[in-house]
Amino acid sequence: MNMIVLIVILLVGGMLAWQFEKLNPNLPRWTALATVTAALLFLLATVPAEPIQLMTEPGQAGPWLAHLKLAWMPRFGISLELAMDGLSLLLLVLTLALGLIAIASSWSEIDFKPGLFQANLLWTLAGVCGVFLAVDMFLFFLFWEVMLIPMYLLIAIWGHENKSYAAMKFFIFTQASGLLMLLAIVVLAWQGMAVSGQLSFSYFDLLGVSLDSRLGWLTMLGFFLAFTVKLPAFPFHTWLPDAHTQAPTAGSVLLAGILLKTGAYGLLRFCIPLFPELSMQFAPVAMGLGAAGVIYGAVLAFAQTDFKRLVAYSSVSHMGFVLLGLYAWNQLALQGAVMQMVAHGVSTAALFMLAGALQHRLHTRDMGRMGGLWHQAPRMGACAMFFAVASLGLPGLGNFVAEFLVLLGLFAVHPWLTVIAALGLITAAIYSLWLMQQAFQGHPDEQREMADFDVREMAAMAAMIVALIWLGLYPQPVLDLAQPVLDSLQAITRGDSAAAALATTGGRL
Amino acid sequence: MTSAGFQALLPLVVLAIGATILMLQIAWARNPRVTATLATLTLVLAGLSCRLAAEHAPLQVTPLLLADHLALMFCALFCLAGAVTALLAQDYISRGDEPEEFFLLLVLATIGACVLAYAVHLASLLLGLELLSISLYTLIAYPNKSILPLEAAVKYLVLSGAASATVLFGFALLYAATGALGFSALGEGLGDSTTGQSILLPAAVMIFAGLGFKLSVVPFHLWTPDVYEGAPSPVSGFLASVAKAAVFVALLRLFLDADLFRYRILVEITGLLAIFSMLAGNLLALLQSNIKRMLAYSSIAHIGYLMIVFMVCINGANRALAVEAASFYLIAYTATTIAAFGLLTLISSDPSGRENVQLQDISGLFWREPLLACLMLTALLSLAGIPLTAGFIAKFYLVNAAVAGHNWVLLFSLVIGSAIGIYYYLRVIYYMTRRPEEHGADFSLTRNLRGRILSGILIASILLLGVAPQSLMQYLRAILH
Repeated sequence: MNMIVLIVILLVGGMLAWQFEKLNPNLPRWTALATVTAALLFLLATVPAEPIQLMTEPGQAGPWLAHLKLAWMPRFGISLELAMDGLSLLLLVLTLALGLIAIASSWSEIDFKPGLFQANLLWTLAGVCGVFLAVDMFLFFLFWEVMLIPMYLLIAIWGHENKSYAAMKFFIFTQASGLLMLLAIVVLAWQGMAVSGQLSFSYFDLLGVSLDSRLGWLTMLGFFLAFTVKLPAFPFHTWLPDAHTQAPTAGSVLLAGILLKTGAYGLLRFCIPLFPELSMQFAPVAMGLGAAGVIYGAVLAFAQTDFKRLVAYSSVSHMGFVLLGLYAWNQLALQGAVMQMVAHGVSTAALFMLAGALQHRLHTRDMGRMGGLWHQAPRMGACAMFFAVASLGLPGLGNFVAEFLVLLGLFAVHPWLTVIAALGLITAAIYSLWLMQQAFQGHPDEQREMADFDVREMAAMAAMIVALIWLGLYPQPVLDLAQPVLDSLQAITRGDSAAAALATTGGRL
Repeated sequence: MTSAGFQALLPLVVLAIGATILMLQIAWARNPRVTATLATLTLVLAGLSCRLAAEHAPLQVTPLLLADHLALMFCALFCLAGAVTALLAQDYISRGDEPEEFFLLLVLATIGACVLAYAVHLASLLLGLELLSISLYTLIAYPNKSILPLEAAVKYLVLSGAASATVLFGFALLYAATGALGFSALGEGLGDSTTGQSILLPAAVMIFAGLGFKLSVVPFHLWTPDVYEGAPSPVSGFLASVAKAAVFVALLRLFLDADLFRYRILVEITGLLAIFSMLAGNLLALLQSNIKRMLAYSSIAHIGYLMIVFMVCINGANRALAVEAASFYLIAYTATTIAAFGLLTLISSDPSGRENVQLQDISGLFWREPLLACLMLTALLSLAGIPLTAGFIAKFYLVNAAVAGHNWVLLFSLVIGSAIGIYYYLRVIYYMTRRPEEHGADFSLTRNLRGRILSGILIASILLLGVAPQSLMQYLRAILH
């Protein structure tokens, strides 16, 4: 029940924020802040300490922490089925924490209909939480699509000069690939019916359904496309620079910090475990796309003059590591991919917040018109330096741990791809330092008057700095949280029946 | 006729009595308000009477009509849609002279649609079709002082008349081959007769052409955008939803009862028409800046999606699912289309007499009229098939049916069509969200309580069908399996 309450808190908070706008234009921000804080505290307070016990083999625990199943559309075997394990929990905490950052970053930026803005922000968060919790494939698809609408509105209403194009492109890319996934889900469910005689959309019932090879390939590709468009992987990334650049700051923070992770989550939770053999055959292609993304994103990032576009392309590069880690599918690489999801979420959110703050003050994102900002705004400069080096993978910070683990795991599978991907670390250094040089160093423009970060912004930055240092120096808690999930997923793909039964018991309770 | 038969036809009886009363009332004393209220009351009563009529279902009443649950469900749908249209049209049509007969014609058109739902005989099919079409000619031309509706009506009259004649010729050929007019007798006759095979194809082509015209299936769609654009908005809504759904139900029943799915070539023609409609409808809708024309092309695409069910029906095991999917789709599509045209009606009801149907006209609607904008938003998302709306569940039904029938080519066209569709639906939403400084629309809307309540009801019903469709699903399954 707790999981539904979590989503309802966010939905209701959105409604309230929208309506409170009529009372006082400042009220929606506080409402949103209170809502997300409440949701975060509620989540942390109600996390079950113990995993759900097995019914069949007492004494051993599966990875699932909570499970809920309510009848919904029995006609199609669709139920309101939510489940939480360590991975979901980790991503939920990331989602809500970055939600707070997004609210903080939009605090003084939004003048037009602030209530509706905060409402859309909260509804996006609700949709993302649903994606991380749903284990009924129909429900998952529903959240996957529904979270696009508030995000579309965020870009289309509060975006920058080219918002109509960017919002449209974002929506069409994700929606069209989503339709393919819907098709794949339905095919899988009907195939499951041919085997078990009962139509069901539950993840637990569909695990292990095998398709004949041609149909299986197409179905797997349906999932893969939907998730890699969202990730985004090369060559499906073209919506990303536009959407990130045109979105309002909070929108960019949500997009880069959280929405991209839903793609990685989908691959990890659904695409690979549902099609273990085909995924293994497909892995070289997927890893090739990942390595191409790492290099291509980095090269394009270096070519940008727009601050936000540069960060957006760096996301393509970083998410390439996630794809590599996922398809290498060994313990180290998977740990690295999960770490990268968290660390990239934090570091990129911070960079987008910086970009937003600069645009708010300078009314430009063009780095050619920046330069020497460090002298005028030393706090901003220091923060930018920190996150730039985090992004390039400085040892001691979260991103380094993530990328190092991915490369380590990948080396066991595919040494040559590792060599190529490792080049990404060098190119990351080039574009990150280029960004610093262009925007913050050099001779200051004397005519410019700009305010440095205030207390609110520094608080948000400090929180993210602490998070990245913590992830870099002591990543073990994150890895511990995700480990049982990764173990059970790996067990499923090994076809280890005992372990697979262990993993699926959550669904049979 | 027995009393049970009488009861089974109750919706038709209520509508007919209502139509007579309306006629007398108009002759006695003209009063638009009274007429509109009476018409709405008649339609609502007829809709409610379907419940009573269902007690004896399924019951064959005369060789012409079959009162089964499917027919009664669609009767109720058409009557309610008619009632909503009457309510929406009240302000719109009252700005002209002598608006009373509009409501009378609307009731007559609804009778035609209901007869189509009941029809199991070529004669009743034709009767229903003509009753519906002839009422529509006049409804389209109703704002008699403007040129655009008149042009649309004449266009529709000429082409629709030709289509009816073609259908009739097709029926005659079938009769010549089999000597039967009832759907199931026709099917048996086709199987027995030796000339049946050779005559079936030309007859079927004629019937397809005629009914395809009424359904506006590509390549018989050319009239659609012009007529939708010219017709008054409430009539366009009725034409796009009820008129099409009724013809579709009749066509589906003809195929089912006469078991025309035996003839693979016929079904493959429908599959081909479906693909053409999905692709052409969506592609042409991209080019429109007039919302009514855009919705016209989108309705072509939606009929294309619906036609998928014919191919699914080839396999007898999937037939029930296919009919279930078609029924759900028709219900969702009717509610959504009425809602979309309802918005156009509501924003065109100001006394200036101009229809505000360009994209520019709804610019910034979100900030001027949030409730009406939400109505349009819900309708568009439903047409685009986004989750939580009726349109999504309907599309989900279709995808399930097509997957069960392994119709991959059709599914692929559905995906491409829907992906294209998102663009033009979203464009309308984008216009509605433009900020005050960006939009130049200047008309002001009169505060209209009835319109607001109706908007609320339409939004609620579309969302309800999208979020909690299980009871309707159970009902459909119960009556079709």
